[in-house]
Amino acid sequence: MVNAMEAGDPSNAGQPSPGVNLAGGDATPQQRPAPRFQPDHMLPDAERGKAVLYRMLLIRRFEERAGEMYARAKIGGFLHLCIGEEATVVGTSAAMRSNDYLISTYREHGQVLARGTPPQEVMAELFGRVTGVSKGRGGSMHMFDAERRFMGGYGIVGGNLPIAAGLGLAAAYRGTDDAVVCMLGDGATNQGTFGETLNLAALWKLPVVFIIVNNQFGMGTSLARHSAMTKLAAKGEGFGVPGTTCDGMDVLDVESCVKNALDLARSDRQPVLIEAVTYRFRGHSVADPEEYRSKEEVDEWRQRDPIVQFANKLIRGGAITGAEAEALDKLALQEVDAAVKFADESPYPELDTLYDDVYVLGDQLRGWYSVDARSPDTQRGEGIAGDAELQRIAEASAAHTEGADFDEQIVMREGVARDTPGPPPLPLPPEEGV
Amino acid sequence: MSEMRYREALNLALREEMTADRNVFIMGEDVGVFNGAFKVTDGLLKEFGEERVRDTPISENTIVGMGVGAAMVGLRPVVELMTINFSLLAMDQIINHMAPIHYMFGGQVRVPIVVRMPQGAGHQLAATHSHSFEAFFQHVPGLLVATPSTPADAKGLLKAAIRDDNPVIFIEHETLYGMKGEVPDDPSFIVPFGQAAVRREGTDVTIVGISRMAVTAQKAAEQLAERGVSAEVIDPRTLRPLDLDTILRSVEKTNRVVIAEEGWPHGGVGANMTALIQEQAFDYLDAPIQRVAGADVPMPYSRPLEQAAYPHAENIVAAAMATFETGDRV
Ligand SMILES: Cc1ncc(C[n+]2csc(CCOP(=O)(O)OP(=O)(O)O)c2C)c(N)n1
Ligand SMILES: [Mg+2]
Repeated sequence: MVNAMEAGDPSNAGQPSPGVNLAGGDATPQQRPAPRFQPDHMLPDAERGKAVLYRMLLIRRFEERAGEMYARAKIGGFLHLCIGEEATVVGTSAAMRSNDYLISTYREHGQVLARGTPPQEVMAELFGRVTGVSKGRGGSMHMFDAERRFMGGYGIVGGNLPIAAGLGLAAAYRGTDDAVVCMLGDGATNQGTFGETLNLAALWKLPVVFIIVNNQFGMGTSLARHSAMTKLAAKGEGFGVPGTTCDGMDVLDVESCVKNALDLARSDRQPVLIEAVTYRFRGHSVADPEEYRSKEEVDEWRQRDPIVQFANKLIRGGAITGAEAEALDKLALQEVDAAVKFADESPYPELDTLYDDVYVLGDQLRGWYSVDARSPDTQRGEGIAGDAELQRIAEASAAHTEGADFDEQIVMREGVARDTPGPPPLPLPPEEGV
Repeated sequence: MSEMRYREALNLALREEMTADRNVFIMGEDVGVFNGAFKVTDGLLKEFGEERVRDTPISENTIVGMGVGAAMVGLRPVVELMTINFSLLAMDQIINHMAPIHYMFGGQVRVPIVVRMPQGAGHQLAATHSHSFEAFFQHVPGLLVATPSTPADAKGLLKAAIRDDNPVIFIEHETLYGMKGEVPDDPSFIVPFGQAAVRREGTDVTIVGISRMAVTAQKAAEQLAERGVSAEVIDPRTLRPLDLDTILRSVEKTNRVVIAEEGWPHGGVGANMTALIQEQAFDYLDAPIQRVAGADVPMPYSRPLEQAAYPHAENIVAAAMATFETGDRV
């Protein structure tokens, strides 16, 4: 897939918007420099260039394979892919320190991978297996990796914004130099939490960088049809949050932009809003018929494929050879294959774990009264008939159901040993990575 | 009569009411160009234009609030929330504004709005996207609450909802959209609020099923029949107003009750209905009322766990059988 292709014309990428001089600080709105589309970023050295390219390839291949697995019903629910948005995702994570927090939306597989979570754990989550990042509880939309400070994908549009500011509040409260990166969609900027969160982040000087992944649509509604102000970077100014735009199809531009913003957030305690102009090449979710946009428009954006662009840059700059790029792609495919195999071979969560982790159990709360006609064990319902694998699981658990007594319909949910964990693991800085 | 799907019946109701009354219009996320996330509003933008079929930004609280404002001055908005999960973002407008305005302002103003949305689990959408919230809404005085479970009811109740001068919470079900059924063609056909439907007559046990559970209850009744148990299945159709009389008449006959709902058990529809039944018909009960509800957990994604976390016909059967084992109970 990595072929020699010229970078497309960025002029249709989005309206110029009032940016902020992230380095200088005191530019007034009138003086602010124009956004920096296709600036001359220094090419990274070969090693780093490869690392960044590999991360993007891994995400692309992962997402493609996830789409296939969804079509084969290995994955349930909704599946929102970030194909086309890889530069925004990887550029962002490349700019972050390992002690920074990242929080995202339901379109977050790429972010989790970029943070360094093993692909097999991400795929296993999609497969609903106990080996998944969220132990099969969250699925595609709700991944979380405390160890790598990936603070969650959230299914509710706009729901992650206040939480991001809360993470920033904790950093300010404790006096750490952790910063927070919050990714949101263009559609999410219309949610009430957007204005409320930006105001508080600015008022309390919280180290949060908000990145609008402007992929031009909120589901089937185009930017111009959902937002009166289409220069999204400007949406923060009235709340005291300066905004800047970056080319979301250029991983180096995203990286430098996010890095500047993080510096400002960290040292000047100034939240920043970034609009990364990008495009999703696939539908909103895998089930989207995409009647709301033309094939020509999609093709036009595909000309600016962020992975192809970056690979070409590296090749032309002499950082890597075409053969090396091909080899990286092969490696990514292999890693994804291994992830699928791992996921497919992993077990589902045991049915008797259904009630685990609803509460943190301890001396005060040893269980709770629950009125429930089912024991956690019993389920051979209509929905699973026919699926041999699930049937097997259900039957394996049938031993528990024998003699199930409805006298126990009011059940004291007792904590068992596995229900009483210690305090949740402190999210520790992971290894440095892209 | 025509056979059509639940979603088509809703579409027809919208079309008929919009044709009959220019004050009726639609707002919601992706209801226009996208033709609705569940295709309920399919073709309506084309037929009625952008003025009356309005795509909104993702701003649930404000969309509902604007509907309230428009309704206060005489329009009849039908607001679609993409799913009931997102109604949580609009709870302030629904409970602090939409519901009490008529009362709070001394009856000077009416709020004839319908807020439509589907609910339900079973699609592996996990904790944020699998809610069933009829219990939340039935809690609130000032709201009417409908939970249609057949295509005919979908059409008849939606038309009644649009014509009513009260704010209506109209709860559809994601898994029922494709269900087929006979629907009256007559544009004057409505299903009045406050009239339960007896879906199946029986003598041994009354099963009250809410929303999708009305359908599941009928499956359970078939299974019970195989065991020689004659179950009467009642679909209340609206929870506010609730047709308690029909339920009580059935209880007087069967002396046993199971209430099935998909939402959480604590403070659920069954909890409330149990209280009402024992207050009104205690002497007729031969066994404790059984409740079947969703598991008392946030909905898990993984398929086996999710299947275990919401009720199936087997659970209703088990609960019905338990009403015959009362002597064994402590
Ligand atoms: C509060 C809320 N309303 C509606 C939805 C349904 N929904 C899911 S994604 C989406 C579009 C979001 O668009 P955007 O913020 O641009 O993010 P993108 O999907 O493009 O990444 C909608 C309407 C939701 N998940 N949450
Ligand atoms: Mg978008």
